[in-house]
Amino acid sequence: MGLFILRRVGVMLLTALCLTFVVFFLTNLHPNLEKLAKTQGNTRMSDAEVASWLDRNGYGGPLILRYGEWLGVVPGWTREADDGTVTGRCIDRGMEPGDAPAFCGLLQFDLGFSTVSDDEVSNIIGGRLGYTGILMFWAFAVMVPAALLVGVLAGMREGSRTDRSLSTFAIASTATPEYVSGVIFIVLLASSQIGVSPLLVQWGWLDGGTLFLGSARSAMDDITFWNFTLPVMTIALYGMGYIARMTRASMAEVMTAQYIRTARLKGVSFRNIVLKHALRNALIAPFTVIMLQFPWLLTGVVIVETLFNYNGFGWTLVQAASNNDIELLLACSIVAVFVVLVTQLISDIGYVFLNPRIRIS
Amino acid sequence: MEPLTWSGALGPFLNPIMLAALVVFALGFVTNMLLTLAGVRAGEVQINPDHTLTMDRTPVDYALMAMKYAVLLFVACCVGYIVGGMVMPGLEAKGIIGGMAARLTPVWIALVVVFGLSISFKRKLGLYGKLFDSPIGMVGFGLVMFWIFSAAFAGVVATHGPIDVISQMRNEVPGSALPAPDEGMYPYYLLGGDNLGRDVFSRMIYGGQEVLKITPAATLFAFMVGVTLGLPAGYFGGKLDTSITFIANLALAFPVILLFFLLVTPEIVAAGVPQYMSMVLFVFPIIFFVVLFNSRYHTQAPKRNLLVAATLVIGLWAYLSLISNADDPDLPLIFRLWPKPLDLFDIQGNILIVFVSVVFVNSPTVFRIVRGIVLDIKTRDYVAAGQTRGEGPWYIMLWEILPNARGPLIVDFCLRIGYTTILLGTLGFFGLGVSPESPDWGSTINEGRRLLTIYPHPALPPALALMSLVLGLNLLADGLREESLKD
Repeated sequence: MGLFILRRVGVMLLTALCLTFVVFFLTNLHPNLEKLAKTQGNTRMSDAEVASWLDRNGYGGPLILRYGEWLGVVPGWTREADDGTVTGRCIDRGMEPGDAPAFCGLLQFDLGFSTVSDDEVSNIIGGRLGYTGILMFWAFAVMVPAALLVGVLAGMREGSRTDRSLSTFAIASTATPEYVSGVIFIVLLASSQIGVSPLLVQWGWLDGGTLFLGSARSAMDDITFWNFTLPVMTIALYGMGYIARMTRASMAEVMTAQYIRTARLKGVSFRNIVLKHALRNALIAPFTVIMLQFPWLLTGVVIVETLFNYNGFGWTLVQAASNNDIELLLACSIVAVFVVLVTQLISDIGYVFLNPRIRIS
Repeated sequence: MEPLTWSGALGPFLNPIMLAALVVFALGFVTNMLLTLAGVRAGEVQINPDHTLTMDRTPVDYALMAMKYAVLLFVACCVGYIVGGMVMPGLEAKGIIGGMAARLTPVWIALVVVFGLSISFKRKLGLYGKLFDSPIGMVGFGLVMFWIFSAAFAGVVATHGPIDVISQMRNEVPGSALPAPDEGMYPYYLLGGDNLGRDVFSRMIYGGQEVLKITPAATLFAFMVGVTLGLPAGYFGGKLDTSITFIANLALAFPVILLFFLLVTPEIVAAGVPQYMSMVLFVFPIIFFVVLFNSRYHTQAPKRNLLVAATLVIGLWAYLSLISNADDPDLPLIFRLWPKPLDLFDIQGNILIVFVSVVFVNSPTVFRIVRGIVLDIKTRDYVAAGQTRGEGPWYIMLWEILPNARGPLIVDFCLRIGYTTILLGTLGFFGLGVSPESPDWGSTINEGRRLLTIYPHPALPPALALMSLVLGLNLLADGLREESLKD
């Protein structure tokens, strides 16, 4: 078990190293740097000026060295200008060159400086991740219980009418990506022109306004049922179908097992069979699936935050990518890659840990 | 002119019936649920001593029956609208729904022909015929074929061009009449105008064409890549398997959305990254076909030489035409070497990028599926028999294992087209799609979402269209899976 975990962690670190290098390479291609120089310096710089600007600001060295600096395993660059001022990667504004550390990179938790927002990347990312964390939490709190319930109900009597209707619902939910369900929800529930809200106003059940709010911007200060329901529902709906189908398959398989038949023949009630005998074994496979949903949710979060104007992590990623904010984009990808890899690791280890057949052998 | 109503002249008759059907269905559903919770069960068939069958009916059965007939009534009303739209004279009488149904006439005819032929010959059509035994599969197939036919007949179905702008029609509601229609021009915007004054209905139809042009081809390429790499990885195992699996896992761990943003940004396009990726990805189909023919006709040298040479010439020519574009001076030199007279076609920059990113995202998953199936199948006796006969490894992989893996692969192919459609829509939603003017569904949703709460009509049709196509593909895959498991 220990060796297994160790090996998984090793592979994970290697994967992380490769992926961060790919992202670093893609964000530090020459056209990106040229654009950066032109936005930071002067739009009408000549090629020679661009080259000298890049050289002055530490983008001149070979790619692998800069990657090392960014990672924090190679000492940060320093440069002495003609007038004697020393600048360097690790020398923050207003800091004495002598006090600056030699290494500053990912390993030292220094993610650099966002050129567009004029702030430390770690400050920006930290706050944004908090917002997204809340969104993810509620999405999971809605999605997982609902999906497990649908899956168990459908799988406990395979082929029954309940099974068929719930399975069709699950298929429909996997066919509705966030940008479709979000649009439908907003039109249906958050528009003052059509949908449910005008009807409710007309019947006097709602005084003015709409049933839900179509923008989650106000949820950043104060989360209410009114402004946060739609984003949470939108994320939860797309992921739900997949988990429900996996739960159903696993439940249906368990229900045909020998020990369930034995319990039936002994006269255990159907309710007890489902709740006490089948459920625990049926939930092992969905656990893996739920953990592997995180990477998918990442895409969902980006879409939903853009659609509902919620300035979380996904929104930051979109902004960083479209503004050529290299350091911020790198930090975003680190977080994304980290989330994906850690959830994969947890799902692998969790599967082994939960499944007694594998754990004991 | 007066704007059209939704249901036209048939509305006063059919709408109350549809409403009644809905109410009956809801009542039946609630009653059924309450009765089931109260412990009443549906009636069961009983075998009498004289070998006759008796079915006792309980209230649950009556509730279910009411639901069934309500659904049938509802469907009948929908058919009534379609037929009414096709036969009734005058656009005012047809209404918006009837008007759309009338425009879609070629699609209905094609659907009826396909279903009629398929159902009458279903016993001779193998797996495809069996699809018509499962209602779910039939619904899915119908939805998919609807969009395929409407894309094929887009020129006849659409009322206006996808980028024809009539500026007075900006954000007009569905059914609005054109201010001054020219002779022969369709006088209404059936589903209203978008924020630039283009016809929403026509853009939805042309958008379907745009989507169906890209997604099946992209999925096919992803399958070629996945199959070409997955077969040897699963069959040979060892170091080859470890290294390819590691690379596939790398690609899988890469967050899709980040990859899209990275690949589609202008700076990265200018550096030629998508072109290099296309250079790698498009080699796989050529390898696949060369190996396919080579292993099959290995013993018949003349035939083998002919087929392999033909594949190589056609494949490489298409490959070089595809990846190189001599006209684009921004590209790295390597993509401008292929002489222009020999360049058969150029793919517009953005389509190539979108295509490559979608293929790249899909192929690692296909690889894993193929590898898993091969690992399972290679333990079978017929593979061992092939090995004893002295068949080469590639022959076994491509002509013994692959045909036997077709069931799960076909099912996954349907699912994956749906997933690719969603990915393409995601790209469009972030404005990274084919082109800013393109009518594809993701881009139209993106344009429509800004004024969504005030003018919902431009964003809703493409959203529902995308959903119905993906739903159709998923149901089709489900039906195919069910029917192929019955063997």
